[in-house]
Amino acid sequence: MSLFNVFDIAGSAMSAESVRLNVTSSNLANAQSVGGSEAETYHARHPVFSAVMQSLQGDVASVGVRVDGIVESQTPMEQRYQPHHPQANEEGYVFLPNVNIVDEMANMISASRSYQSNVEVLNTSKQLMLATLRMGQ
Amino acid sequence: MAISFDKALGGFPGHLSLYGQRSSQLAANIANADTPGFKARDIDFRAQLAKAGAETVAIKTTHANHLGGASAASAAELLYRIPTQPSVDGNTVDTQVEQAEFAENAVRYQSTLTFLNGKFKGLRLAIKGE
Repeated sequence: MSLFNVFDIAGSAMSAESVRLNVTSSNLANAQSVGGSEAETYHARHPVFSAVMQSLQGDVASVGVRVDGIVESQTPMEQRYQPHHPQANEEGYVFLPNVNIVDEMANMISASRSYQSNVEVLNTSKQLMLATLRMGQ
Repeated sequence: MAISFDKALGGFPGHLSLYGQRSSQLAANIANADTPGFKARDIDFRAQLAKAGAETVAIKTTHANHLGGASAASAAELLYRIPTQPSVDGNTVDTQVEQAEFAENAVRYQSTLTFLNGKFKGLRLAIKGE
């Protein structure tokens, strides 16, 4: 029954999008977490999605989403001269995370929209299945 | 004289399974709207519908009392969608288009289901004879 596949597919997409939302919130939360060196300062994280073919049932149509991993951004960090900051290095600089707030906000809206459309798909499929169950009554 | 469900219901069961297949394909497209390099795919519905109406795939029976089984539509051929606005990461899913197609598919599924229900109502009326 291919309508059952819809639940798997939309479910996988919803979980992937929620990972994306989580990562975005983590980035936004740590946007001001300064550090004493580039290595120990928070790096912006981004999830990597990939399509996963469910060829087990021989059904090429069902393609879910999987989060392949989380990558850390390698954009150079901004240094700020704050010699009185407790975390400043010997030269008096602190490192700011390479989180781009505008990027993250756009990411957040995109993730929530994608999540919504998957919920919509799930609801519609559920209604169709329930209607099919009532067939002939 | 027996009631033949295949004859009474026409091509509707086959259509229903085709709509189900298509909805799963469209759901896959929507699910992968943010996957880099994913190419949106769809089935040529008109061709598949014509095929489903023309040939009814019968299950081979080895005994006189075996049932034939429903005429299930064979796995439909997938074609790649021609993108109107392909994105830089190689993704060709246009969420709006997919959502519109999905909604249309859902309505068609419902209407086929309504027709099928009508057939069943007719059969029941014939059996009861009221």
